[in-house]
This record gives sequence, C-alpha cells and structure tokens, in this order.
Amino acid sequence: MLNTILSGDFPRSRLLTIVLIVIFISLAFAPFLFPGTRSLSVAAKICYFVVLVASYDLMLGYTGIVSLSHTMFFGIGAYGVAIALNNMGASWGAVLLGTIVGLLLAVVVALVIGLFSLRVKALFFAMVTLAVASAFAVLASQMSWLTGGEDGLSYSVPKILTPAYKLMDDKLFGVRMNGRIVAYYLVFSVSFVLFLVMLRIVNSPFGRVLQSIRENDFRSEALGFQAVIYRSLASCLGALMAALAGVLAALWLRYTGPDTTLSFDIMVDILLMVVIGGMGSLYGSVLGATIFILAQNYLQNLMGAVSDATAALPLVPELFHPDRWLLWLGVMFVLSVYFFPTGIVGRLRSSS
Amino acid sequence: MATSEATSSAVRTAPLLDRLKGQAPALVVILIALLPIALMDLSTWLVLTLAGLAMGMMIFIMASGLTLVFGLMDVLNFGHGAFISFGAFLATAVMLPLTPWMEADSVWLNLAALLPAIAVAMAMAGALGYVFERVLIMPVYGNHLKQILITMGGLIIAEQLIVVLWGPDEIPLIRPLTFQGSFTLGDVTFEKYRLIAVIIGLLVFAVLSLILSRTKIGLLIRAGVENGEMVEALGYRIRRLFIGVFIAGSALAGLGGVMWALYEEVVTANMGMQVMVLVFIVIIIGGLGSVTGCFVGAVLVGLVANYAGFLAPKVALVSNIALMVIVLMWRPQGLFPVAKR
Repeated sequence: MLNTILSGDFPRSRLLTIVLIVIFISLAFAPFLFPGTRSLSVAAKICYFVVLVASYDLMLGYTGIVSLSHTMFFGIGAYGVAIALNNMGASWGAVLLGTIVGLLLAVVVALVIGLFSLRVKALFFAMVTLAVASAFAVLASQMSWLTGGEDGLSYSVPKILTPAYKLMDDKLFGVRMNGRIVAYYLVFSVSFVLFLVMLRIVNSPFGRVLQSIRENDFRSEALGFQAVIYRSLASCLGALMAALAGVLAALWLRYTGPDTTLSFDIMVDILLMVVIGGMGSLYGSVLGATIFILAQNYLQNLMGAVSDATAALPLVPELFHPDRWLLWLGVMFVLSVYFFPTGIVGRLRSSS
Repeated sequence: MATSEATSSAVRTAPLLDRLKGQAPALVVILIALLPIALMDLSTWLVLTLAGLAMGMMIFIMASGLTLVFGLMDVLNFGHGAFISFGAFLATAVMLPLTPWMEADSVWLNLAALLPAIAVAMAMAGALGYVFERVLIMPVYGNHLKQILITMGGLIIAEQLIVVLWGPDEIPLIRPLTFQGSFTLGDVTFEKYRLIAVIIGLLVFAVLSLILSRTKIGLLIRAGVENGEMVEALGYRIRRLFIGVFIAGSALAGLGGVMWALYEEVVTANMGMQVMVLVFIVIIIGGLGSVTGCFVGAVLVGLVANYAGFLAPKVALVSNIALMVIVLMWRPQGLFPVAKR
C-alpha cells in the first residue's frame, strides 16, 4: 500500500523518515497545531513551494538541465487564474478556464524553448531561459490592461475559499472553521497529490531515462533514447507542475503580481531550496522548501537578536541584520554545492 | 557565345558572393542600422544611433571578459554581474566624497575625481575576480552544472555583501559636469556622455583586438580558445593565462559597471544582474568565445533596443529576445562561431 503510494521510493534513512513524517503531520494539521493567520500562510506557502521546487528538481536534479525560467511558468499559472477570476468574477468556471489556459500556455512555451535550445549545452539553455524569463517579466508588467502591471491583480476567489464562508458554526479545537481552512486544505491536498504524481514520474521507466541522460547523454542516445526529446518532455512536465503550483498560489494569496510570481528573486529562492534540500531526490524539495520558508519567516527574528547582541562591534551587526538572511543562505548554498551536492537528503541517506 | 558569357559572369559573381558571405554579420549590422532611416527622420535616427552605439559599447565592455573566459576555459560565470555592481559601487564610494570636484567647472578636476574612481573600480573588481576564481570556480572546472550553481551562489553572496557595505537603498550619482548636457551639430543634439561612452568602447575594442592579434599573450589566448590542450602540450601554462584573462575580464566588467552607473545616474545592488541579461544575449548572438562577435552582438543589441524603443516602446526588451531568436535560427553557433565548439 505504502509502496504503491510512494512509488517504491522510500526515504531510506530513519532520521529522514522521521523528519518527513513530522513535516507531513505539521502541514496536515497546521490549522489546529499552529493557529493564526500568519502561520497558516506559512504552511500554505510551504505546500505550494514543495510542488514548485519538486518540479524544478525534476529538471535540475533528475534530468540535469538548468533552467532559469521556472518562475515564468509559476507566473503563467498564477496569472492565468488571476486574469480569469478578475475578468469573469469569482466562479469555479473561471478557475477552471484560467488553469487550463495557463497550463496550455506553459507547456507550449516550455516546448518551444526546449526544442529550440535544449539540443546544445547546459550553459546555453541557462542563458536563453534567463533572457526569456526576464523578457516575460517585462512583458507582464507592460501589459497592464491585462495583468495589472507592477501593481498586480487583486481578485476575489469562489466564496467557499473566503474567510466569510462558514464551514460550521462551532469552533473545532478552538479554531474557527471558515473558508480559509477550506482553502488551506485545497492547497494542501492538491500539493500532496501533485507531489505523489511527481514521485511516480521520477520512479517510472521514463524517470530512469531522464536520470540516464543526466549521467551520460551520449550513452543514452546510443541506447536509443533521444536526449533532446526526453529533455524537452522533462522541461514541459516541470513547466506544467510549476504552473499548477502557480494556480494554487493564486488561489491562496488572492493576489498575483510580478513580485510574488515572476521576479528573479523567487528563481534564486527555488535554486537555494533545491540545492540545500538535495538535488536528485524529491524529498529534498520538501526539506528545502520547508527549511527555507521557515528561515525566511522566522530566521529573521533570530538574526535580529544576534544583531542586537553584537551592536557594539563594527560590521558584525550589519552582517546579522534581519534582512541579510539571504547572505547566509547563499553561503550555505555554495558550501552545499561543494561538500554535499546531494544536499541534506543525500547526507542523511549516506550516513544511515 | 552567349553561354560562355553567362558562365564567365557566373564565375565572376561567385567569388564576390563568397567574399560577401564572410562579411555577412557586418553587413547585417549595417543593414539594421540603416533600415530605420525609412521609418523616422534623419536627426532622430542620428540620436538613436548614437544612443544605441553607446549602450552597445558599454555592454561590450562588460561582456568581453565573460566571453573570453568562456572561450578559454569553458567556464561561464553567472556571477559576472557581481563585478559590474562592485565596480559601480566602488566608483561611487570614491566619487561621492569628491562631489565638489565632480561639480567643478573644470575638465581636470572632473577627471581628477573620475579617473581614480575608475582605477579603484577596475583594480578592486579585478581583485574580486581573482578571489572569485580561486575560491569558487577553480574547484568546479569541467562541471557545467556546478559552475552555474556555484557562480549563482557567488552572485547572491556578492549582492548581499554590497548591501551590507553600502546599505539597501539605491544611490543617486551625478556625472562630472564636463560630461553632462549635450552639444549640437547642425540641428541635431547629441548627449556628450554617449559620445564619450562610444569613444571609450571603441578604445577598449581596439586595445583588445591589438593585444589579441599582435602580442604573444594574445596569440596564446587565441590558440587557447581554439585548442587549449595543444597550447599546454607546447609548454604554456594555460591556467595562469586563464587567471590573467579572468582578472582582466573582471576589471573590464568593473569599468563597464562605472560607465553604466554614470549612464543611468544611479547605482543599485542588483544592477549587475539586470545588465547580465543583455550581456548573455550579446555573447550568445556573437558566438561564445569570440571578442569580435561580442562587439558586433553588442552593437546590434544596442541599436535594436534603441530603434525598437522609439518605434514600438512596449516591445523594447522583447526585441532583444526576438533578435536572439532570429540570429540563432540563422546561425545556431552565433555570428562568429569559435571553431572548437
């Protein structure tokens, strides 16, 4: 049973298993374990970022292609739903239409970029995707009649997902059961299913081909697997999943703008999450996303304390300024690429 | 009789076409520069062309080191943008205390503020390049995936360090008084700074070309780009050569950063990353590893961006992507492909 659900890909480390179970339980019961709007938002963000990061790992860790346009697909999904909801009003039809259009667009764009530039070296693909993604971000902020420009779009979602909707009159375990809980469980369950689907994909024969291309594309071609086709398929799948993550983000945030979906900062975040968590293992993206988003939201408090404690010293308080958390994650990123390229997951697995 | 004439004319035209084929990229640039005349009046065209050339030259200065490093060592440094930002911030740090000199109505005082700023920016960007190469890139030679990740990590750290050192806010910067304003030629007004940028860019290109084509070092670099193993087999240490090129390239990126900052009249921590998008497009168009290609690509990008910005403002940045796509469909290896790749 469990074997089928996890597609035979177990964590293979006792500590990792425990951590994953803790994360799963925390997310599954987040509204009751960590009541409050902010912690619920953090939990929802972790959910859709797990999908986003896992879909990136599908490309980077499993297939060995470096794309810098993953936020673009995230944004396409988010904007698809946002534009549909904004123009058609808050209905499930709009959500469905926006999702379908967004997914189609994402796959087509990924396919075009892939067929166009995946036949050559990894470096080349990275540069092309960077250029395309930045152009897309400019385009999105220019077409303000459609996308709301720099301000983005605020829209209302179907009523069942809003705080105004009452699931039941009484409180359950001291938590008010309103539409936000419904929205959270929508995000959580869809993310969970998508994660399992990706686990299925990477552990299928198709996934094995992707890994063989990562290890040695020349030999895989000799075995009859055309690298460019498989790479394009992987990047389309990655784009599709990223767009779905975007849909979830758009539904949860009820706002879509360039800063939350398209900016290069998010691309950097995704890279950090994948590498710190562990490339080439989807569980790594769970760890990476969880650690990173917790750090993003709570490490700042800790750093603020350090910064205050060292206020007398020169430069040190600046280095530990709450806004400098990215600096330390950057250092951690470089160190992990050098010393444990398989990330936390690889480390845990090898030590067991 | 008639047939023989036809054949002879065919013989005569064939070499001409062949000769033209070699020059095709240059011809395309000229064509692209001349076409927009039809769509705008002459003075606008002159102004836009100068602006495009100035932009192209600055990008060329920033990109030249990157493309050479790639050609020589197969290393693509995504952190190159850090040198650009660092150069700009260091120069600002030198120039801001010297504001009275910058505002003085004297060329010499202006230069007395500007030249040390450029020197410091280039020297420190070069030094940073050395550290970057030794610490970050050297352990990951030959592994593209890790190179991209490591250099991206380096970029994040460098950008954050800039914020630590100079604060998160953007710093406004004024050009030296001599370089402010514009001059009039006929009935066309040209911005002075743009002209200066073009002159500096041409100088850098000339010096680079001379070094590459006339000196022993240049010979070794070109040979290294073509076939590094052979150069090593002949007894030259290509690693040392590479570090030299890397430092020089970083210093040039620093210079480019100063010029870009003065052009935009503002410095921000992520300016390097913003420019890097253009830099990447330029070296892809030019052909990875080729300095001439980089120059032609930069001019193309600068011109197209400015013409497009005037004719259809909304598609200005997208125009560069379109340019890249078209060039790559025509020549998948870029305008001036380097033999090895």
